Amino acid sequence: MTMSQRQVLQVFETYQKARTQFVQMVAELATRPQNIETLQNAGVMSLLRPLLLDAVPTIQQTAALALGRLANYNDDLAEAVVKGDILPQLVYSLAEQNRFYKKAAAFVLRAVAKHSPELAQAVVDCGALDALVISLEEFDPGVKEAAAWALGNIARHNGKLSQAVVDAGVVPLLVLCIQEPEIALKRVAASALSDIAKHSPELAQTVVDTGAIAHLAQVILNPDAKLKRQVFSALSQIAKHTVDVAEMVVEAEIFPAALACLKDPDEYVRKNVTTLIREITKHTPELSQIIVNVGGVAAVVDYLGDSKGNVRLPGIMMLGYVAAHSENLAMAVIVSKGVPQLAICLEEEQEDHIKAATAWAFGQIGRHTPEHARAVAVVNVFPKLLNLYLDTKSSEDLQVKAKKALKSILQKCTYLPALEPLLYEAPSNILKHVICQFSKVLPHDSKARRLFVTSGGLKKVQEIKAEPGSAIQEYINAINSCYPEEIVRYYSPGYSEALLERIENYQPI
Amino acid sequence: MARLEKLFSHLENIKEQYFLKNRIAEENRQRENEAAVKIQRRFRGCQVRAYLRHLHKNATLIQKIWRGFTARELFRQRVNTAYFIMKMNFYNKMAVKIQQRWRGYYVRKYVHNYYARKRYLEGVAKKNDLIRRDLEEFAELQKRERERIALEKEEQEKNIQAQRLHFLLSTKQCPGVFNSPFRAEPDEMELRLRRVKPRSAPKERKTPKMTPDLSNLMPNRERLPPIHKKPQGPFRPALEVQQQRLRPLEPSLRVATSITALEEAREELKRQEWRTRVIDQTFLPFSNASQNKRYESLIHTITPFEQVAYGTKHFREEPKECCQGKKPFKTVFTTCHVFDKFGRLYSNAGNIV
Repeated sequence: MTMSQRQVLQVFETYQKARTQFVQMVAELATRPQNIETLQNAGVMSLLRPLLLDAVPTIQQTAALALGRLANYNDDLAEAVVKGDILPQLVYSLAEQNRFYKKAAAFVLRAVAKHSPELAQAVVDCGALDALVISLEEFDPGVKEAAAWALGNIARHNGKLSQAVVDAGVVPLLVLCIQEPEIALKRVAASALSDIAKHSPELAQTVVDTGAIAHLAQVILNPDAKLKRQVFSALSQIAKHTVDVAEMVVEAEIFPAALACLKDPDEYVRKNVTTLIREITKHTPELSQIIVNVGGVAAVVDYLGDSKGNVRLPGIMMLGYVAAHSENLAMAVIVSKGVPQLAICLEEEQEDHIKAATAWAFGQIGRHTPEHARAVAVVNVFPKLLNLYLDTKSSEDLQVKAKKALKSILQKCTYLPALEPLLYEAPSNILKHVICQFSKVLPHDSKARRLFVTSGGLKKVQEIKAEPGSAIQEYINAINSCYPEEIVRYYSPGYSEALLERIENYQPI
Repeated sequence: MARLEKLFSHLENIKEQYFLKNRIAEENRQRENEAAVKIQRRFRGCQVRAYLRHLHKNATLIQKIWRGFTARELFRQRVNTAYFIMKMNFYNKMAVKIQQRWRGYYVRKYVHNYYARKRYLEGVAKKNDLIRRDLEEFAELQKRERERIALEKEEQEKNIQAQRLHFLLSTKQCPGVFNSPFRAEPDEMELRLRRVKPRSAPKERKTPKMTPDLSNLMPNRERLPPIHKKPQGPFRPALEVQQQRLRPLEPSLRVATSITALEEAREELKRQEWRTRVIDQTFLPFSNASQNKRYESLIHTITPFEQVAYGTKHFREEPKECCQGKKPFKTVFTTCHVFDKFGRLYSNAGNIV
């Protein structure tokens, strides 16, 4: 090789080195969020785009990686990627190039698709789905993982995109991915299935038809926490749509293994297990019966005791759903010590929606028979519910739920010591029910009558102003008729003035 | 004659008397007639009334009997209906009792079985306790497992640290940092340093994942390339060779029998006889049974093998010599006299009247 040839080649080598260095530095800088603004302002997009078509494969891959990291950061950059017509090139090379490039390209697609439905639609419109499906059939687990993640991100946004993903024939491949030994691949495949199945019953049925449930159920016993999160989330998204699918999930014999995961140290695993149980129990009494028989209620009550904050919500709702189906099941919830735990939740939680869910759950438990109402009344829940109803700071939803719960429990409550504090504070629509209950119980129980008088209840009842002929007046009359005349007159307001007047007008002989 | 004289003396008197009596009678005729009419009237009235009374009495009797008859019928009907109503009331009351009991039983067993519900709730409570205990145990186990893993990891890390700092080990001349002479005992790190082997020189780092390896095009340096490009001759397939190599022995019958086979067979026969033979006397059947047996040929064989006239030429039976000598069927058993007295008992008790 002559000197001049070597010099010419030297120029090219320098240029290649410079390109490599540039692209590697950009990729590294893009990992830190604070640099990205600067990079964007410096016009990195337009510089990276031609590097995607570079002759050296390393530069191509690094450029793709950098693009992916940039698009990951925020949706403006993702839009810029779409507008710059980079996607078709990526999709083309997804089918052609080697596995490192495929991974990087799939990373870019995933980063673009995750921000909004329009961007995901743009990704689908370039024909990315077929290329991603081909990547899913590759041997390399890294490529499969990247492709599955991209598909999951596309399917996450809405039902139409999900349907497009399913129509490309992705679901059987994802089910195969779950059976692979690599944990990261399993994780991503489970999360993709979860995103597909969550939109509609038909999609869930499609997922079930490929036999996904059995494989997901096998994975439950894996010790990896993130994987368990995704698997339980997938199962709960599948089970939430119809009774048949929920039954199939239960038939996969995930209980009682799933209950063991309720003691997992990872908080979100526990939350997802409880969500799954909630989705199963909400459909029919038979499914709730299965869960109760296997000891699920006790496990969920313990879970409520162990956790704090927003993650309690699925557990509370599950108890409410179980108790709502029949009075047997509500009694089973009471027997499993659910009511004190719910009272603690009501006490401790500050968020309105959790308090509303707890109030609703109480209403479902206490509304069946006097026994149930008594169990709810004993934990001193009425004053709290009343406060929630009357508090101006509580949201609409919370007020409505607290009122409904109070009304439904009060209509069955015969436990008088819990009803008495309500006499003093309740507004008239609640008071009506309280007085009604008193009027039902007092005629038959003499001890209760005595207690009613000594605790000042009778006095309070006399002070209530009611229109004659209304329901309250009838109840008050019923109560008054349980007592002798003198006592009723003694406690009626203004009796002391009447007596004093009589003293004034009395002429001693 | 005297009497006739007397009578003639009385004749004038009699005539007078006769005319007197006639005159009186004539005078009384009207009255007597009326009286007679009256009497007759009365009598006829009585007669008719008696007749009417008789008729009335009979009619009354008939009506009485008839009314009694119909009334008794009515009465019988009323008694029947009253009896029927009484019976139905009784049956209804009994049916109500049965239905009461049945409904109570059914509701208590199938609709709302209090005891089954109680048992179910107790079962639920027990299952809950079991599950709670199991879950706690499981959580304990998991925690211990994790702690153990964490401890091991710490141990490992400390060992790695000790490997890297092996030069801080104390020597005889100079005590190391961790083995201060003012301490009673050397520090834990010092002991670790003594235990652990020093680390060898660090191996070369692998190239980062981003650059692809181009070395898969070059041949591997360790293995030598083969001498001949193609194999030498037509070789038998490996499977056949294996089968031949591992074929089992197939001995002939002569080889397979042992040399003492005859003696062994004799021994075996002796043992069999010893086991099975119970009586030494052979069993002989009844003596006369087989001795006087004359062979009786079949009808089928003693008839000539040709077309039979019966059935074509005539339909009447004809006596045949071939069947003449045959004896009639003999009964095998003699009659037993068990059922002789059947139907002819000593007494008439129990017979159907």
